Amino acid sequence: MTQRKGGGGSRVSDAVSAEDMARVPLQAVLLADSFAQKFRPITLERPKVLLPLVNVPMINYALAWLESAGVEEVFVFCCAHAKQVIDYLEKSQWLSQPSFSVTTIESHDCISAGDALREIYDRSVIRGDFILMSGDTVSNMSLTQALQEHRDRRKKDVLAVMTMVIKQSTPNSLTHHTRLGEDELLMAIDPETKQLLYYEDKSDDSKGILTLDKSLLVDSTAIRMHNDKQDCYIDICSPEVLSLFKDNFDYQHLRRHFVKGLLVDDVMGYKIFTHEIQSTYAARVDNFRSYDTISKDIIQRWTYPFVPDIQFFGNCPIVKLERQGLYRAPEIIQSHSTRIHPFSLVGNATIIGNNSTILNSVIGHGCSIGHNVSIKGCFIWDNVTIEDDCKLDYAIVCDGAYIKAGAVLEAGVILSFKVLVGQQVVVPAYSKVSLLPQPTKQDSDEELEYADGSSGIMENQPIASMIGVDDEDHTFDISDAQFCGISEVGSSGAGHIWSSCEGGLEEEWKQSIAPIPVNKLMEFSLRLHADTELFNQADSIPQTSGEKHPDSESADSDEDDEVKDFEKEVEATFLRAVDEVPGVDKDNIILEVNSLRLSYNLSFAECAGALYHSMVQLALRRPHSNNSELLNNMDNVIRQWKGLLKHYLHSVDEEIEVILKFEEICQESAREFSSLFSLVLNKLYENDVITEDAIISWATEKGGADESDKIFVKQSEPFIQWLKEAEEEDSDEE
Amino acid sequence: MDFQVVVLAGGASKELSPLVSNEVPKALLPVANRPVLSYVLDLLESSNLKDLIIVVEGSDAALRVGGWISSAYHDRLRVQVAQVPEDVGTAGALRLVANRLTASDILVVSGDLISDVPPGAVAAIHRRHDAVVTSLLCTSPISGPSETGSSGGKDKMKKQGRYNIIGLDPTRQFLLLAAAGTDVEKDIRVQRSILRAVGQMEIRADLMDAHLYAFKRNVLQEVLDKKDTFQSIRQDVLPYLVKSQLRSEISANGAPLSKDGLNENMASQNGQAWLSQQRIGAPSCFHEAYASVPNGSTAEPGRIHKCCAYIASKDKYCARLNSIQAYCDINRDVIGEASHLSGYSFSAQNNIILPSAQLGSKTTVGPQCMLDEGSHLGDKCSVKRSVIGRHCRIGSNVKIVNSIVMNHVTIEDGCLVQGSIICSNVYLQERVVLKDCQVGAGFVVTSGSEYKAESLSKKEKSPSH
Repeated sequence: MTQRKGGGGSRVSDAVSAEDMARVPLQAVLLADSFAQKFRPITLERPKVLLPLVNVPMINYALAWLESAGVEEVFVFCCAHAKQVIDYLEKSQWLSQPSFSVTTIESHDCISAGDALREIYDRSVIRGDFILMSGDTVSNMSLTQALQEHRDRRKKDVLAVMTMVIKQSTPNSLTHHTRLGEDELLMAIDPETKQLLYYEDKSDDSKGILTLDKSLLVDSTAIRMHNDKQDCYIDICSPEVLSLFKDNFDYQHLRRHFVKGLLVDDVMGYKIFTHEIQSTYAARVDNFRSYDTISKDIIQRWTYPFVPDIQFFGNCPIVKLERQGLYRAPEIIQSHSTRIHPFSLVGNATIIGNNSTILNSVIGHGCSIGHNVSIKGCFIWDNVTIEDDCKLDYAIVCDGAYIKAGAVLEAGVILSFKVLVGQQVVVPAYSKVSLLPQPTKQDSDEELEYADGSSGIMENQPIASMIGVDDEDHTFDISDAQFCGISEVGSSGAGHIWSSCEGGLEEEWKQSIAPIPVNKLMEFSLRLHADTELFNQADSIPQTSGEKHPDSESADSDEDDEVKDFEKEVEATFLRAVDEVPGVDKDNIILEVNSLRLSYNLSFAECAGALYHSMVQLALRRPHSNNSELLNNMDNVIRQWKGLLKHYLHSVDEEIEVILKFEEICQESAREFSSLFSLVLNKLYENDVITEDAIISWATEKGGADESDKIFVKQSEPFIQWLKEAEEEDSDEE
Repeated sequence: MDFQVVVLAGGASKELSPLVSNEVPKALLPVANRPVLSYVLDLLESSNLKDLIIVVEGSDAALRVGGWISSAYHDRLRVQVAQVPEDVGTAGALRLVANRLTASDILVVSGDLISDVPPGAVAAIHRRHDAVVTSLLCTSPISGPSETGSSGGKDKMKKQGRYNIIGLDPTRQFLLLAAAGTDVEKDIRVQRSILRAVGQMEIRADLMDAHLYAFKRNVLQEVLDKKDTFQSIRQDVLPYLVKSQLRSEISANGAPLSKDGLNENMASQNGQAWLSQQRIGAPSCFHEAYASVPNGSTAEPGRIHKCCAYIASKDKYCARLNSIQAYCDINRDVIGEASHLSGYSFSAQNNIILPSAQLGSKTTVGPQCMLDEGSHLGDKCSVKRSVIGRHCRIGSNVKIVNSIVMNHVTIEDGCLVQGSIICSNVYLQERVVLKDCQVGAGFVVTSGSEYKAESLSKKEKSPSH
């Protein structure tokens, strides 16, 4: 069980032996940073895991689930806004649970999940199998079975390093594609073993055809392609996963790099398996749409026991469930004419005025809602003030925002912290409004943007008291041209309207909080199917069986190119070794050539050929004025490096390959040698590089070849003759 | 049943040389001493499919097949024999007989199929789903190449490394992917649109296309007509139909489903109604879900057709006689494991020795053997797992193991025949040893010679060592 191929820290792996595994407490790594910026601008001021999901900061769902699932030790990895997360956890009761230890790990230079896992590896806190998830995941699944499957597999096969939790998505394809606002996910799974064979989460719509490697069907007789599953982003990992991240320092994204990297790498043979959950819940808040969907799932109690009316963590707000899925905190001041419709939640100490209606919405603590306000499908966080006659459709309104009388928020609006919307202002659909200006520096690398944003722009900006700022000519710190908010959120407003993020307006509707307009849905549905046409156009004339396949030729030439590349690399390696260190060790070259051989997937014979080619090049590079000096050079090279070459000459076949290679060299790259062919062959024989068997069988093989191919055989005729005679004499003597 | 059957009986197939010739076309090659074609015809008859067109390549072959049919089946089946030129391919052959097709559905079956899967079941599935094509798929034959022991020929098995690559929906009724010909050796190419429509696709490599298809007649005729480059049913026509199933180009009134009805529905629907329809839940069949794509301005509403698969259960026998190795295997299976196919009744010793056959003293015929009428075995012979045809004369001390001996063969004393196929009218002189050989009709093997893994036939001079 302790056998490892990954290399790197051996101490961790020692813990994997079967007996140890039983003793190691179940650990979990909770990434309290999504390493993405889909929740901007809100996440500029507060980390995503602390955003309230149905009035409870998200991280509580994750921690409560981990505790209920029997995890004993959790490492919360904090990166962006680390201090806020740590402060929150310290104030909460999570750090003082009896049998559930929560430890925070703070780091500021991580910009991706990969960095985080490398950091965790360096701290060597993980001793056995662990659960890897991010802090924005909501689940109520039972881990027992998945863990057991994972451990059983590990006992049989140490290479099964990870079990990924997946879930059947809704049967309707349209809902499936739009429910969580995520990209389409394609997976190939072995139906017998549940091994994951293919994973594609960012599908390229321009290609109507998905190409699977044919080798997938070599080991198993059937594979199952899935377009109907969702990834829950909960992984059961073995400690190797951490060392794999350490070894592959370019792995950043858990799925895009790590999972794909493991799937395409057939040298190490690490395997990923899947566990499908049937009736339990697991989903990740990835974007505003999934925020909306998951909030509704929580209100509709799919995530039981993690629902608003159950105190599933320490200082959980008290909410009562009333009829028809209406949750209300005990101390609400509410007018008689207020209408709160089912599937809504109203937090503590909130005041709601006359004739206001609340539909499918979540309202936080201490909000003040005026008269005749209409709130539909919104998420109003804490201490928000909404004056009379406002109309809010499908919006997120963060803490401390202030919406003045008569303002209208159109569908999909995000109001960040303490934004002020002026009177009678109509905030256009899908606007994102924040007090902070939009960072102008746009980094092309998506992974890096979050870090840039959080470090570059006033993290933890001192919370200026904005409640009082409602005078007409209020001045803001940044009142230059960049501050374009005044006209947009009203003359009395405060905030910048951000231009749409990198997804572009096209994608805005897909990940927004607002329901998708019907026409968009239709378009989307059409587009999903449209690529059939592309496909048919490209492929409308199927190749008939009679036609010759053009591909087959190009494939051959590809292979040739590969061998050529390989040769070049071997030559470079060889010459570098010769140049840099005069007495260089042949073992080092063997090591390098071997790794090249693996990466190009070639045989030993080709290695021998390539090495011989390099040796010829070396001889050519050494100064020579005539053929005899060249021969002398070659002789020296052979003497010096024959050990290296012999390493690859396991049988006569490889030796013949060397001779054939030499022929090729003489005809193509180094014609100087063509006259010396038989003499060099003689040298090779004298130095025991090539045996007489190889030479004789080479000569016989060439016997039937074209005349032009036989120049060198003819040239070597006397030598071969001599060899044959010598052999006969030998046998005579016997 | 309104089904017309086209049996593609082939001609003098080159792969089976030297077993087949102009005198013995592939269709008449004996399997347990019955022409291979009779197995298919009996199978069709058992499903009450009696309206047949038998397509034979080459005029000589057509004459012989026609002659045999009229003598053997004249009162049982309505058969037309059509003659087509050689090397037109399966689709080409169908194209040439397309004008004779009248029934609404056509069953196309290869004449070299040995199976007990009822074609009626395939036809029923085809009708039930109103499919344009239904293909019979079998799990790999009972007898794998590994257990045969005899290699039979030089390069036969290498080509059969993998079976077809087939994609199925979760209910295993619909065909979603059919990799054809050389594509089988390449990477698997899956159409995203089909995968999206279905949600889940199972890709299998262990299924064999049995070359039994049910087609809608007008679709078949249209495809053959429009795509005049198509040569093979398996490699061109079937993949084409599978590929285009969600964007059917078939215009004939064969376009399935109540397409017109759907269109009218769509036209009258506004967006909301469409949306609520989408939310009702998953339709019973993904095709219908797909067809209800909104009636947008850019694309025509989905015109689709269905491609179905019938997967034979594992206990059914299914094999195609398309190589010499397959010929050996099938013969052995028909008198062995799949003996119900042969139509003979077996003796207590699990073999068949017709009464008119004569055995010398101390001659043994083991189980899973067949000895046909009028054959005569000398003394001290031993026959194991072999088929011996009519009127053979076999001397004494002859050993025949794992072999097929056709009719009117003379084997002299002391011969050893192992893993070989001896065609009709061959003469083996004394003490000939044959291992894994094929001996063409009328060949004479001189006394005392030994051959191993060779193909002997009249045309060549005696093969040199």
